[in-house]
Amino acid sequence: MSQLQITNLSKRYGSVEILKDINLTIESGEFMVFVGPSGCGKSTLLRCIAGLESISDGTLEIDGDVVNDRAPSRRGIAMVFQSYALYPHMNVADNMGYALKLQHLSKQEIKEKVGVAAEKLQLTRYLDRLPKQLSGGQRQRVAIGRAIVREPKVFLFDEPLSNLDAALRVQTRIEIANLHRSMKNVTMVYVTHDQVEAMTLADRIVVLRDGMIQQVGTPMELYEDPQSLFVAGFIGSPKMNLLNGKVAEAMGAHTIGARSEHLDIVPSGGTWTGPVIHSENLGSETYVYVDIGATEPLIVRSYGAVAFEPGHSVSVATQKGRLYRFDEAGKPLPRT
Amino acid sequence: MTATVSDAGFARPQLATSKAPARLNIGRLFAHAALLFFVVLWTFPTFGLLISSLRDKDQLAVTGWWTALAPSERQNATRLGRGSDQVEKDGVFVIEGNLLGDSRGSQLIQSFGTTNADVGANAAGSTVPMRDGGEITVQADGSYAWSSPTAFKHASGPRIYFVVGSPPRFTLENYVTVLKANGISQSFINSITVAIPSTVIPILIAAFAAYALAWMRFPGRGLIVAIVVGLLVVPLQMSLIPLLRLYNGIAGFMGTESKGYFGVWLAHTAFGLPLAIYLLRNYMAGLPREIMESARIDGASHFQIFTGMILPLSFPALASFAIFQFLWIWNDLLVALVFLGAQDDKVVLTGRLVNLLGTQGDNWELLTAGAFISIVVPLIVFFALQRYFVRGLLTGSVK
Repeated sequence: MSQLQITNLSKRYGSVEILKDINLTIESGEFMVFVGPSGCGKSTLLRCIAGLESISDGTLEIDGDVVNDRAPSRRGIAMVFQSYALYPHMNVADNMGYALKLQHLSKQEIKEKVGVAAEKLQLTRYLDRLPKQLSGGQRQRVAIGRAIVREPKVFLFDEPLSNLDAALRVQTRIEIANLHRSMKNVTMVYVTHDQVEAMTLADRIVVLRDGMIQQVGTPMELYEDPQSLFVAGFIGSPKMNLLNGKVAEAMGAHTIGARSEHLDIVPSGGTWTGPVIHSENLGSETYVYVDIGATEPLIVRSYGAVAFEPGHSVSVATQKGRLYRFDEAGKPLPRT
Repeated sequence: MTATVSDAGFARPQLATSKAPARLNIGRLFAHAALLFFVVLWTFPTFGLLISSLRDKDQLAVTGWWTALAPSERQNATRLGRGSDQVEKDGVFVIEGNLLGDSRGSQLIQSFGTTNADVGANAAGSTVPMRDGGEITVQADGSYAWSSPTAFKHASGPRIYFVVGSPPRFTLENYVTVLKANGISQSFINSITVAIPSTVIPILIAAFAAYALAWMRFPGRGLIVAIVVGLLVVPLQMSLIPLLRLYNGIAGFMGTESKGYFGVWLAHTAFGLPLAIYLLRNYMAGLPREIMESARIDGASHFQIFTGMILPLSFPALASFAIFQFLWIWNDLLVALVFLGAQDDKVVLTGRLVNLLGTQGDNWELLTAGAFISIVVPLIVFFALQRYFVRGLLTGSVK
């Protein structure tokens, strides 16, 4: 069991407050993703959990023990860094076995544990190599392997995929998802700014902004029921259409939001009408940019390859109950 | 432009040729010329010194090292035998002898003449008439035969002028002489005794200090770094005498001699530490933070991070500083003279060379051999460690 309990946690550097009064419970075995724009404090929060940063205020409990002042190595955590942080002068086996060596395990035990982890990650062939002789994906797997051999209660990932190319990123994402499934009682905390990673991997997502938690929930909760304008705009790709001014006032809100997939192009009688200014045809779907007189064009998703000539006037209809409305403070109003 | 298939086919070679001139730009050319200049400037005198030190001392005295492969030529004159040396053979009177005397060695007569002006006129083996009557034949090996049908009556032999050439001779005698007779070997050992601990001690201290100043958080860290940087510019000459007085006080208190190896080690350590700490701290601070953090999470203490991560990864910086410090100590004269003294059993190599210059100023073969002995250690140190100047160890740890 490995529950993480964060209570009133703050982190200050001098007078700058990076994290403000964070309260969060991460259940045992859960895959929790911290997501937010850069500078929002998500990495700092992870480093506070790891023990690499001291906690200014509040408490961090792992399994009910307050671990604020416990050394990183005694918290039962393992961390995978963005840059992998492999030890360049050690081969793969030594990299993976370093923590075990520091725990004074016998050579035989270290070899066995490293062997099991290497097997799991298909690294057996590379155990004698130095990090510089490995490809990016292999280095990533070594970094994960180094974390696995310690048999941690909590796994911390700090943007582990951001250094990989697109194809490898998808592949490694699946591997991490499988890893999570195979390690039932291990809690995973994963920091990313990529919302696709967040949506696909997470059991629950924490959206952070300016050192404060905006919303905590399952990916679908965040997608369906954003509790603030910020979350609405942050989750979903392409970004939710957010309109204010006259268009919003007509619907009794300060800002209205409509996801591109919740809009349809209809022959006539839609909510808005305007000329097409651009369309992006991706084969399976087409994104149509429609100028409806607001500051930014409205993005509408249509299925299949449909040709829209720029300048051609179209009518856009909203799907019933899929239009988000927000008041001036960015709080949600009932949907229409 | 109309793009046809043949156009596309020709496009590639054109691309390749248009790239070639770009490589030969002025900047690169200048850089290479400058490099060549410095390499020549550095290697040429070293090479000359080596050749000179290996030459025969007589040859070294008359010709430059660049002629070392050609036979060296020298004019000389000697008197022929007197009338009383003559022997009569078949009615012909002959005086025989050797122009080169007993110390002939492998020297060869190249030409000779009866006056100073025509010294190069006659090749060895030819026969020329003498003013005193008769004719003389001189062989290349120096043997001559002066024959005359009438008896010789002269009391002192006439002079004969000749050019003698000796083939190039290379020898290690100079080294043997200088090592044995002039105390260079003792000084060599003294220099080693000074230089090695004076290199190792500051590196040991500085590596620990640099780690602390780069990676440990404690109050006053910035101030200490600032002080270290400030100490970099303290002139050695200014602090020499106060330091000596201080050390003498300590030595007197401890009951050890006031001039000794321990003192010179301490002095060199003190003078080397600011630069060592500064260099190593900057290098260590540039190592990836994630590696240290990862090691911390793996359970390494500061000491384990230092020995397990920092030291192996800082090896290029340690080696660079070791070269600097070793060369500086090896070439140092001032600190060694002040703290170790100039007695015969303690004087270092630089000091000994200065003495040699005074006592053996004309014996170039000894000076060059002595100088080359003092060069050889820095050369070995440099070539053994120079590959660590290139920082290549970090490749692969981070992307």
